[in-house]
Amino acid sequence: MSTVTAGPTRRGRARGRGERSVGSSILLHGTLVVASLVALFPIVWLILTSLKPRDGWLSTELTFFDNSSLGNYARVLTETQFPNWLLNSVIIAGLTTVIGVFLASTTGYAVSRFRFPGYRGVMWMLLITQMFPVAILIVPLYNLMAGLGLLNQIPGLVIAYMTVAVPFCAWMMKGYFDSIPREIDQAGMIDGLTPFGTFWRVILPLARPSIAVTAFYSFMTAWGEVAYASVFMTGEETRTLAAGLQQFVGQHWSDWGLLTASAVLIALPAAVIFLLVQRHLVAGLTAGATKS
Amino acid sequence: MVAPVIVVTAVLIGWPLVRGVYLSLTDATEATMGRTIGVNVIPSSYEFVGFGNYVDILTSGLFWEKLIWTVGWTVACVGLHYGLGLGLALLLNRKMRLRSVYRLLLILPWAVPPFVAAFIWRYLYNSDYGVINAMLKAAGLGAVGWLDDPTTAKIAVIAVNVWVGVPFMMVAMLGGLQSIPGELYEAAEVDGATPWQRFRHITVPGLRTVSSTVVLLGTIWTFNMFPLIFLITGGGPGSSTEILVTYAYREAFTGIRNYSGSAAWGVIILLLLVVLALVYRRALRKQGEVW
Repeated sequence: MSTVTAGPTRRGRARGRGERSVGSSILLHGTLVVASLVALFPIVWLILTSLKPRDGWLSTELTFFDNSSLGNYARVLTETQFPNWLLNSVIIAGLTTVIGVFLASTTGYAVSRFRFPGYRGVMWMLLITQMFPVAILIVPLYNLMAGLGLLNQIPGLVIAYMTVAVPFCAWMMKGYFDSIPREIDQAGMIDGLTPFGTFWRVILPLARPSIAVTAFYSFMTAWGEVAYASVFMTGEETRTLAAGLQQFVGQHWSDWGLLTASAVLIALPAAVIFLLVQRHLVAGLTAGATKS
Repeated sequence: MVAPVIVVTAVLIGWPLVRGVYLSLTDATEATMGRTIGVNVIPSSYEFVGFGNYVDILTSGLFWEKLIWTVGWTVACVGLHYGLGLGLALLLNRKMRLRSVYRLLLILPWAVPPFVAAFIWRYLYNSDYGVINAMLKAAGLGAVGWLDDPTTAKIAVIAVNVWVGVPFMMVAMLGGLQSIPGELYEAAEVDGATPWQRFRHITVPGLRTVSSTVVLLGTIWTFNMFPLIFLITGGGPGSSTEILVTYAYREAFTGIRNYSGSAAWGVIILLLLVVLALVYRRALRKQGEVW
């Protein structure tokens, strides 16, 4: 399955051999324009608000660019813990991605190629973890981390995220590995490679697209997770973005100026990466789930 | 190669899962859980209580109330995700001007991390400074305290989740539509099939595999959609927008921390989803789906 844009052949339900009538053209574009506005508006409003002067969020007036300033951004970057949270999030998401991809691809490969005792158990576990509500693992993990002295520690949160990302990614990788012919493995073995060597030198390079999706998914899991981050990281200096931002808009005090500016700072790089990989994303997700 | 994999899955998932299930059968709370204060190690004093927690939960009105809302929330969200996603995909799946521009604009909400989306919308919904109320006032209508009233708060969180989730469905459906061979439509057209018949007999069956996957994924994701509810309403007002997952979280980490109760909620939620997935899978099998 691919999401490439329209091929040369006519697809779908375009009208006969002729063109659309003017009326249905207007209707079509009208609907899509409205839908696009709905999709876009919150994001545009966020950016406009973040550019308003310090207390500009207190008014809903649309001032556009007169009187706009980067004041909120300056405040976020210099007067708050934001840079610190950002650094934590980058480290945690980065570690989750690297270790997660490694574990997910080896696991995915193993369940794709080998039949071993406990195979069904592993498959079953990978499948049901897709259904894990945060609530079932968070308590045992919390107690586990507390016991190991890993609360409020970066490795603790990385491990917690791995429990979320690895099973799902392994599932996706398995779907992809299944589509790589076994003859390729056998060729590698005949050339004298060990099973791990075959995997590392031959299969992994072939699985690059799937690895990109897996990496992206692991990164996003760690980048946007709220529940674990909120309870595991209690110290001011170890907060991640998702947990830290809650500080800006509390029950009794809010500073939407700070919040909107940091939201833009977080969403922008994430959106750029996202738009680069999104074409592969759906294919990866559904391949993992359908080829079971 | 296999051994490390089993060890890793067992340690990362199996062990916490087993422990979670065990905790749900005890009376562990903040007070009875072992802990270390300075140099003093206080051993755990919780005891095995069997299915007590489960009985308490299942006989409480609260659970059923939360379950009904969670199911309602999931059905509403996934229904709207699927309907709107399919509708937009059908619109986009044709030759037209600005096609890729629309596609890009419509995908954008997906690119916003959910917790950021939650904050954006909380601001839009703000009673005093929110732009939604500003627009209502401009149109001569009264302001609405969106997040202060149970009914509007429910509508509000559903709207946000729809905004967040439609792009995924749209892209998946678009991919599915494009994998249906164009010749089928041409042949049907030659045979004089109406657009509705073509939709009914070519598009719908052609999308079945993709649909069944994304609907199941979407259901699980929505059922467990923690960040939106937690960050937009915090479950409020009262506990009207609290879904099962956010409730279980609150149980464990606010007030007197009821670890065992929360774990039991977690196990129940998990069982509900497993049952759902099995039933769903069986239903698909009956239709000849090899999933």
